[in-house]
Amino acid sequence: MSFPWAKEYTPAHPFTKWIDEKLPLPRFVFNAVGAGYPVPRNLNYAWNFGILAGFCLMLQIVTGVILAMHYAANQTVAFDSVEHIMRDVNWGWMMRYAHANGASAFFVVVYIHIFRGFFYSSYKAPREMIWLLGVVIFLLMMATAFMGYVLPWGQMSFWGAKVITGLFGAIPLVGEPIQQWLLGGFAPDNAALNRFFSLHFLLPFVIAGVVILHIWALHIPGSSNPTGVEVKTESDTVPFHPYYTAKDGFGLGVFLIGYCTMLFFFPNALGHPDNYIPANPMQTPAHIVPEWYFWPFYAILRAFTQDFLFFPAKLLGVLAMFSAILVWFFLPWLDRSPVRSGHFRPTFRKFFYLLVIDLLVLGYCGGSPAAEPYVMISQIASIYYFAHFLIILPIVSAIERPEPLPFSITEAVLGHDQGAALATPQPA
Amino acid sequence: MADHAGTQAVLPSGAESSGGEGVRRRDFINIAAVSAAGVGGLVTLLPLISQMAPSADVLAESSTEIDISAIQPGQAIKAMFRKQPVFVRNLTPKEIAEAEAVPVSSLRDPQSLKDRTKAGKENWLITMGVCTHLGCVPLGASEGENKGEFGGYFCPCHGSQYDTAARIRKGPAPKNLEVPDYKFTSDTVVKIG
Repeated sequence: MSFPWAKEYTPAHPFTKWIDEKLPLPRFVFNAVGAGYPVPRNLNYAWNFGILAGFCLMLQIVTGVILAMHYAANQTVAFDSVEHIMRDVNWGWMMRYAHANGASAFFVVVYIHIFRGFFYSSYKAPREMIWLLGVVIFLLMMATAFMGYVLPWGQMSFWGAKVITGLFGAIPLVGEPIQQWLLGGFAPDNAALNRFFSLHFLLPFVIAGVVILHIWALHIPGSSNPTGVEVKTESDTVPFHPYYTAKDGFGLGVFLIGYCTMLFFFPNALGHPDNYIPANPMQTPAHIVPEWYFWPFYAILRAFTQDFLFFPAKLLGVLAMFSAILVWFFLPWLDRSPVRSGHFRPTFRKFFYLLVIDLLVLGYCGGSPAAEPYVMISQIASIYYFAHFLIILPIVSAIERPEPLPFSITEAVLGHDQGAALATPQPA
Repeated sequence: MADHAGTQAVLPSGAESSGGEGVRRRDFINIAAVSAAGVGGLVTLLPLISQMAPSADVLAESSTEIDISAIQPGQAIKAMFRKQPVFVRNLTPKEIAEAEAVPVSSLRDPQSLKDRTKAGKENWLITMGVCTHLGCVPLGASEGENKGEFGGYFCPCHGSQYDTAARIRKGPAPKNLEVPDYKFTSDTVVKIG
């Protein structure tokens, strides 16, 4: 870590000294999430969600590896093997519901994590790389979640696979060959199911790798904070352990209450009944929608109903859907305001809340049938979505007059009380 | 929260620690929270481990019925029980006599033929077809297979030899071939498991 006052790891016992010389893993942990990592003293609960996302990833890997012990990726038996997990395998129902609801929990946590980043402008220098890696993780998550949803080989699995791979068919000239290459056939079948299983098993470990880079990049400038004012002195920070291990532990407990409520009382609330019907290539379900966490982007996809110049509507929808996430990569350079925190940016703050509402509207439309008025609302909301990033943010950051910033984190927390500001935090 | 501990909690941290002696309120909360989380974590391990045990459909296959009417004296069949072979053998009077002639005390795993069959059905020798050494399927149940020096079963993997009561007589196996739980549901049908 960069702060000179970070506590040094000093092993006392001969055994820990011996370990530290050979493989300083305890030192690494101490500096990463221990007392050796000084963190701004003013982090609020919005800063819990990184740890929670990490917990969700571990939860998905553990339950996923277990499900893979009982699942068979073959189109003749895949559906039956899922029912076998539900009925015959000891605690199999719990493992599967934990995994399916775990995916939803993961997206809830990650969306809050991303919007924390939007509000506090966590993407700004010197933390651009953390943000870019985060967008990569989000894209990998979407791919993983999509392929995982195909594996039970129910009706929604099958038609989801068909529709999503059909997106690639929109690419001019090479679209159809690419779609056939992705599927290994003309429609989703055994070849597609097998490769989706293989990749669904692989990608979480790729995500874990990028998460390590994400955290590495975070530890170079250190965590941001709700004021957006950088750490100046030791009094601005507290050691990660025990202060934030305790705070994150409390947050984890609250998260687990919500997660377990879904898992044990409403395990199918976020799923689709159609996916308990085995895949039938001859019949599409009447109302086909992706999982809720894809709804905003699905609405953008469906917002394009007219051809424009040489571009067919289908291609425009696909381009817009991918651009809706790719635009996040440019965020550090679209928002030029030197002030980070939304607390001190009155105009930006209003547009931030408008963006939240806009995404909720898009999400609602994405989960609704492709009919009026939802299509028109999706079109307006999609235009606003892109306008927010490409027009509103650059203009607001140029003309906005931010409110006065506190001199330091310590001053923001303790006011102008000199005695309190100079005192170091009390040990636990 | 009108008790003494409750009012103490709202004091600044300096006042809280100035009590000095004994367990502080914060120590108690810390130990209680970490203990509850630890116990919860350990209990969570139970389903994670239990899921690897035999599932309900595997346990449902735990009994099997065999029609033995076609087995002539001197013949044997291999049946499937819990995904493992079972030998059902109709002993000839000569084989019964050979088995009974052996002094039980001289055996590695002392058991008489009577111990290993049902009363009145001494000619029906029903054993698992799993060598007690390392689990291979011994030869001797099918026509023309090597029955070993003692006329019972011979395991080709490491040379264990079983006699006409499927008792270990020579070679590395420690025990006689296992006799599963079974009963005759009629004169011609036996239910194993």
